[in-house]
Amino acid sequence: MTNIPSNLNYSDTDEWFDPAAGRVGLSDYAQAQLSDIVFVEILVEPGDTVEPGKAIASVESVKASAEVYSPISGKVTAVNGDLPGKPESINTDPYGTAWLIKVEGGKADGMKDATAYTTYCESRAH
Amino acid sequence: MLATIGVKNLADLFEAVPAEYRFPELNIPSALTEMEAADELAGLADANSTAGDDLISFLGAGVYRHYIPAAVDHILRRGEFYTAYTPYQPEVSQGTLQAIFEYQSLMTNLTDMEVSNASHYDGATAAAEAVNMAVANFRGKRGKIVVSPTVNPQYRATIRTYTQGMRLTLLGDDPSADLYAGPEALDGLIDAETALVIVQYPDFFGRLTDLTTFIAKAHEKGTLVCVVVNPTALAMFKTPGEMGADIVVGEGQPLGIPLSFGGPYLGFFTTRKQFVHKMSGRLVGETVDSRGQRAYVLTLTSREQHIKRERATSNICTNQGLMALGSAVYLSLLGKSGLRQVAELCYHKAHYAADQIAKIPGFGTCFTEPFFHEFAMCGPAPVAEVNAFLLEYGILGGYDLGQDYPSLKNHMLIAVTETNSKEEIDTLVEALREFSEEVANA
Repeated sequence: MTNIPSNLNYSDTDEWFDPAAGRVGLSDYAQAQLSDIVFVEILVEPGDTVEPGKAIASVESVKASAEVYSPISGKVTAVNGDLPGKPESINTDPYGTAWLIKVEGGKADGMKDATAYTTYCESRAH
Repeated sequence: MLATIGVKNLADLFEAVPAEYRFPELNIPSALTEMEAADELAGLADANSTAGDDLISFLGAGVYRHYIPAAVDHILRRGEFYTAYTPYQPEVSQGTLQAIFEYQSLMTNLTDMEVSNASHYDGATAAAEAVNMAVANFRGKRGKIVVSPTVNPQYRATIRTYTQGMRLTLLGDDPSADLYAGPEALDGLIDAETALVIVQYPDFFGRLTDLTTFIAKAHEKGTLVCVVVNPTALAMFKTPGEMGADIVVGEGQPLGIPLSFGGPYLGFFTTRKQFVHKMSGRLVGETVDSRGQRAYVLTLTSREQHIKRERATSNICTNQGLMALGSAVYLSLLGKSGLRQVAELCYHKAHYAADQIAKIPGFGTCFTEPFFHEFAMCGPAPVAEVNAFLLEYGILGGYDLGQDYPSLKNHMLIAVTETNSKEEIDTLVEALREFSEEVANA
C-alpha cells in the first residue's frame, strides 16, 4: 500500500514538498517504482536557487537511473549530507530521514494534495 | 515485395538515384577464383616486413614488442572466449564475467588503485575517457583540462577529438613548449577551474619523474590528476597509486598483445573508489547468488548509456573483452616476479644500448632524467635518413620525434625490450657507427 501523507504536496514527477518545513524529497510511490536505491547524488548546494523542472538530485537503483526535479521555486538553505552515505533510506523512510533539500520561500502552487496524488498514482497502476 | 511498397519494378525503386549514377561502369578487374584471390592476397602480405620476424625492431612510441607465452593465444582461441561479445545478459555469461573480474583485479594491483573498469579500446581513448570522468565529477562546473606536452601525441590528438564541442579549454597541449622542463612547468596552468591534469609516466620520451609533489600541488587546487602509464614499468618503479593519482590509464598492449600492425589493443582505466559512480565503461563485481554460491554481476549498470542515455558519463560502454582476457592470462602466467623480470630486462638492455650509442660521434641521448626502456637519441642527420640506412641492415629504427615536436628534429625515440638480444643491440650500434663515419667523411 503506497504511503501518501496528507500534510505534504506532490508533483507529477513524484517529488514531495512539505510547506511547513520547506523540505523536498522523493515519494513512496517513486521509491517503489525504482526498487533498491544504491546511489544518490544531490546536484545543488545551499545558496543555489531552484525552480520547477530543475534537476536537484540524481538517483540510481539496481535497474534504473532517475533525475529528481525541484517541484517549487526558492533558495536552497540545506541539503541532506547524510543521504549519499545511506541511499537505501529513500526506500525505507522516504518522507523522513531521506529528505533531499530544504528550500526557503517555496510555494506549493500547482502541486497536488494527497487526495489528488493518490488518484494520480492509482491511475498509473495499470 | 515491390507491390507492398508501391512500386512497379526495380527501375522505379531506384528512380530517386540520378540515372548516370545507377549503373556506373566500375573500373575493376574481373572476378578471381578463391585460389587466385588467396595467391594475390598472399603476395600483398609478403610485401610486409614484420617487426621481430623480418626486422630487428627498436620502434616503440606507445606500443612495444614483448615475448608472449604460447598459452595466452591458446586460451584466447577457446570457443567460449573467442566468439563471446560483451554480455548484455550478464548472469548467463559467468565465465566471461569472471575473466573480466580477474582482469580488473590485476589492473588495480598493478597500478595500486582501488577500482578498474572492464577496459576501453586503447590507451588513447582511455585517456580521453578520463576527461569525461573528471568533467562529470565536477558536474561541468570546471571547464579547464591541462595536458602535458610530453603525453603521447596520439593520445593528445584523441583528447582533442573527444573534447570538441564540449566547451572545455585545453591547456598545456603545446609541442613547442620547453620539453626539458619537468611536470612542475604545468603548475601555473592549474587553478580552481581545472577539472583534470594529464601527465605521462614514463613520459613519451621514456623519462621517469616522481610525480608525488606535482600531484599534491594539483590537489591543493581541487584538481584531479590522471597519469598515463606503461604497465610494464609499474612492475619495477613507484606506482601512480602510491604517488596519489586519481585516475590511471594506459595502453595494455605490452601485456601479452601482439603488435598486429596497430591493433586491436587494450585501454585500461583505474581510479579511486570515491569516483566509481562517475567512471565510464562497465564494471564487473563479485557477489553471492540465492544459494550462497560465488557469482559475478555487472555492477552499477544503471550508469550505462542504455539506461542513463545522454546523462551517462560516456557513450562508449563496451569493452575490449578478448584483449583484456589476453592481458589477464599474460599477467597470471608471468606473476609478480615474472613481470618484474621482464621490466628489469627491458631496463638493463635499454641502458646498455643508450650507453653504447652515446659513445658514437654525432649521436647521443638528449635527456638526463632516469628512463625505463625507451630514450630520445639525437643524431647528425634527419631521422628518415638514419632509418633508411638502418633498414639496409635489417633494422627497424626508432620513432621520428621531429614529426610531433619542432624542437626535436634529428631526434628518434629508441625502444628496447627483453626481445632485443645483446647481438641485436650491438648490430644497431655498429650500423649507427658506420652512419656516423659516412657523415664525417662526406
